[in-house]
Amino acid sequence: MTWLRINGQEAETAAATVAELLAARGIDAKARFLAVAVNGAVVRRAEWPSQALSPGDQVEIVRPLQGG
Amino acid sequence: MTDPLIIAGTSFSSRLIAGTARYPNQQVMLDALAASGTELVTMSIRRISLDTYAESLVDVLGGRYCLLPNTSGCVTARDAIMTAELARESLETNWVKLELIGDRDLLYPDVEQLVHAADELVRKGFVVLPYCNEDPVACRKLADVGCAAVMPLGSLIGSGMGIANPAAIELICAKSPVPVVLDAGIGTASDAALAMELGCDAVMIDSAIARAHDPRRMAAAMRAAVEAGRLARLAGRIPKQNFAEPSSPQLGLVGS
Repeated sequence: MTWLRINGQEAETAAATVAELLAARGIDAKARFLAVAVNGAVVRRAEWPSQALSPGDQVEIVRPLQGG
Repeated sequence: MTDPLIIAGTSFSSRLIAGTARYPNQQVMLDALAASGTELVTMSIRRISLDTYAESLVDVLGGRYCLLPNTSGCVTARDAIMTAELARESLETNWVKLELIGDRDLLYPDVEQLVHAADELVRKGFVVLPYCNEDPVACRKLADVGCAAVMPLGSLIGSGMGIANPAAIELICAKSPVPVVLDAGIGTASDAALAMELGCDAVMIDSAIARAHDPRRMAAAMRAAVEAGRLARLAGRIPKQNFAEPSSPQLGLVGS
């Protein structure tokens, strides 16, 4: 198990990659308009299966919403 | 008569950029956007809920409008840059409305960080439209680092106070080498018309439409106001003078 900071919240996960993390969280990785950053760097969708996660990583998972 | 708005080589027939937030519901938003004639709409980028993921608003907007993601709420250049990069990945656009807030109550821009973040985003290949102070020097610095337009505030975001300093906006318009989009503060149609009369190339409106009693009707009013203001600007207003000048002929007056 790995401790990460996901969208600002500490969380423990068995996921070893971005793709596994999304699956573990019940987020459909095929959903359009999702974007992910790890430690401040965007991880392209194609790299989600291969991007390894390390303890303490800061993960941001975002999508567009209404805005002004 | 064609009079397109051109930003970074992209041509728009509408000079109204619309927000998508704070509408009573999605259908009213869609109707209002259609009534406004806008072709470019803003969106925010937010963390997803870790519990649920609903289908995105983009699904209903994406085919009809160009999307302009913003960095609203960001208070550091680092967060604004990361938000812009996430937006580029999410929406597949390199356009960004750069907002960097220096005061969470006033939502006033932090010019120092704004120029820094704009510079870095331009270097990363973004088309940057910064929300900024109504300050000709700040606007010049933003244009100097390569921003595609500048978006000076009329007054505080969401305040509906109109254009607090029209002389400053007019100066910015006169000096700016890039398009000027009046952002923030518009409360009603006359504010939008005034912005265009002062020389703005476009206006950005969200709250004034979304929070109006009848957003659909206000959207139509804003469209007409922007078009009227632009036409008046191009037509050239008469100079102001502090004496009367009769419009009827002064020869042949009846009686003595």
